[in-house]
Amino acid sequence: MANKTIRVDYIARVEGEGALDLRIRDGRVTSARLKIFEPPRLFEALLRGRGFAEAPDITARICGICPVAYQMSAVHAMEDALGVKVAGPLRALRRLLYCGEWIESHALHVVMLHAPDFLGYPDAIQMAREHGDAVRRGLALKKTGNGLMRMLGGREIHPVNVRVGGFYRTPSRAELTSLTEDLKRARDLAVETVRWVAQFPFPNFERGYEFVALRHPDEYPFNEGRIVSSRGLDILAGEYEAEFEERHVAHSTALQSVLKRRGSYLVGPMARYNLNFDRLPSHVQALAHEVGLGPECRNPFQSVIVRAIEVFYACDEALRIIAAYEEPDMPAVPLDAHAGIGHACTEAPRGILYHRYQLDDDGSILEARIVPPTSQNQLSMEEDLCEVASRSLDLADDALRDRCEQTIRNYDPCISCSCHFLKLAVDRS
Amino acid sequence: MSEKRRPRLAVWKFASCDGCQLSLLDCEDELLAVADAVEIAYFPEASRTMAKGPYDLSLVEGSITTPHDAERIRRVRRQSRHLVTIGACATAGGIQALRNFADVQEFVAAVYASPKYIKTLATSTPISAHVRVDFELHGCPINKAQLLEVISAFLAGRKPAISGHSVCVECKLHGNVCVMVQGTPCLGPVTHAGCGALCPSFSRGCYGCFGPMERPNTAALASEWRKLGATPQDIRRVFRTFNATAEPFRKESEAHGE
Repeated sequence: MANKTIRVDYIARVEGEGALDLRIRDGRVTSARLKIFEPPRLFEALLRGRGFAEAPDITARICGICPVAYQMSAVHAMEDALGVKVAGPLRALRRLLYCGEWIESHALHVVMLHAPDFLGYPDAIQMAREHGDAVRRGLALKKTGNGLMRMLGGREIHPVNVRVGGFYRTPSRAELTSLTEDLKRARDLAVETVRWVAQFPFPNFERGYEFVALRHPDEYPFNEGRIVSSRGLDILAGEYEAEFEERHVAHSTALQSVLKRRGSYLVGPMARYNLNFDRLPSHVQALAHEVGLGPECRNPFQSVIVRAIEVFYACDEALRIIAAYEEPDMPAVPLDAHAGIGHACTEAPRGILYHRYQLDDDGSILEARIVPPTSQNQLSMEEDLCEVASRSLDLADDALRDRCEQTIRNYDPCISCSCHFLKLAVDRS
Repeated sequence: MSEKRRPRLAVWKFASCDGCQLSLLDCEDELLAVADAVEIAYFPEASRTMAKGPYDLSLVEGSITTPHDAERIRRVRRQSRHLVTIGACATAGGIQALRNFADVQEFVAAVYASPKYIKTLATSTPISAHVRVDFELHGCPINKAQLLEVISAFLAGRKPAISGHSVCVECKLHGNVCVMVQGTPCLGPVTHAGCGALCPSFSRGCYGCFGPMERPNTAALASEWRKLGATPQDIRRVFRTFNATAEPFRKESEAHGE
């Protein structure tokens, strides 16, 4: 095997701007880098001096695909700092809004961005010529998720209704139940999507990841839970910075997050699924079993099945929340601004999203710290890339390049988020 | 497919959150029809096919914050018959333009352990500060119905039917009770329409994410805010968000101290 460099200058079908760089020397992969050239937007700096109440709307602008995740981590961290707890129907409505974002974001990735890799198309629009039903199914699911976000948040991108303490206006029972029929159809479409993606050809590849996700006493996690890992980590959000650190590497405008004691780890749908399978309702577990997925999944290419299963779960959970909804007395709990430090971690579609804020006496932000899921997965992505490429060196350059890009897309990376993040160059020279 | 050459569409990203280009993928009912009517020649978020220019219509998301991007937007302009900016970043510099009021090196040092690895400009500037722009679509994020109107208009060679009036008009059309009358400060009277008066419909004051309307009277609005109990700091902050460097908003924010 000659020395070569394989390069992808602009990874398509991911959110944001990144590249890949793979160096092969004497038949060995010597370096695999995910280069993030997304321009930095410096959110943690510009948040200083802003009011605590502004954090949900400002941090939403980090990402147009998962704004609800930023709003949720922000409101929980602020409530932690101010010593208030949001419970009952307001808590349920936050979980419902998150269901909308998971459905919308996962449907986009599963059908429009990831599926074309397995079926050999450049995009979902070309794929629609031969797989029209599957693409229309994905678009219908996405529309349902967006519809839920519009009902609760006013719009699907940067919803306007989330505030520290609750919401500006809460929906009536009738408004919520108007979504029921659509969600029931979506739940059926999600089952068909799970069965469709489970038949894709998957490369035989597994790695011994340390999975990190939230874990709650009785729920599949969205907003709340301890941070746990498959190697025994079990901490509160407030202890996050004692266990994790972000490193700044020269080839990336995104910081790489590592476990201080062990290095790389994996967050997102596979981590949630492996750590919380027992928290899924039995009929969701049964669907996973039906398509050949046990309680453990270590093949990152099969994350597409896990995402589809989470879409099914989110439709189901949304229906459960709507059926149980009772209109709250007040749209938000009252708050008094004061000094404090607050931490929160919630489950964005791509994995845990950490926020910490330190507030001044008048509730102004003195310091902000945000660790998005894609920063946390970055090192794991590079390790996957190295391992996948090492096992695929017999492939022609074009096929190797495709396989490497697919390896990155397995993560549904959100590069705009991580930039506080991708270009593939394969170097065999 | 017709024999006639389909117009070629390109979608570009600069410093942004991806939300405005996502609006195109969010047109779930229209996306496949749009893809029939135009050739989506360059749209990396959606496709690996990245066809070379020239393009009939370029949609540009994001602001200019790096020396490399300042060069890249010129190349985009040269390859594009029409260039339309989509959203607050491309049209007014976006939330990242808050650096324009600060020391960017201090900002970088606050976020990154090794600031020397980061190449960034001292300012975040709209696309119009660098190249000629044929139309600017407001919003953080843009409204997808307005996006479809802009695409249709440019492909038909007509002016987009997008009104420059304020959010107040949209409230009247929706039959909303004015939130300011109920004591909630609102930027609706000076903010460009397009969202459908969302915030007031959710019992909240508009926070100006569509940027200034044509000829806004921001000073008169600021004095109404004062009467409702807003502090100069509140007023400075609300004009300094997603459209902070749009001229009328910048000036009003500067009138309320540091």
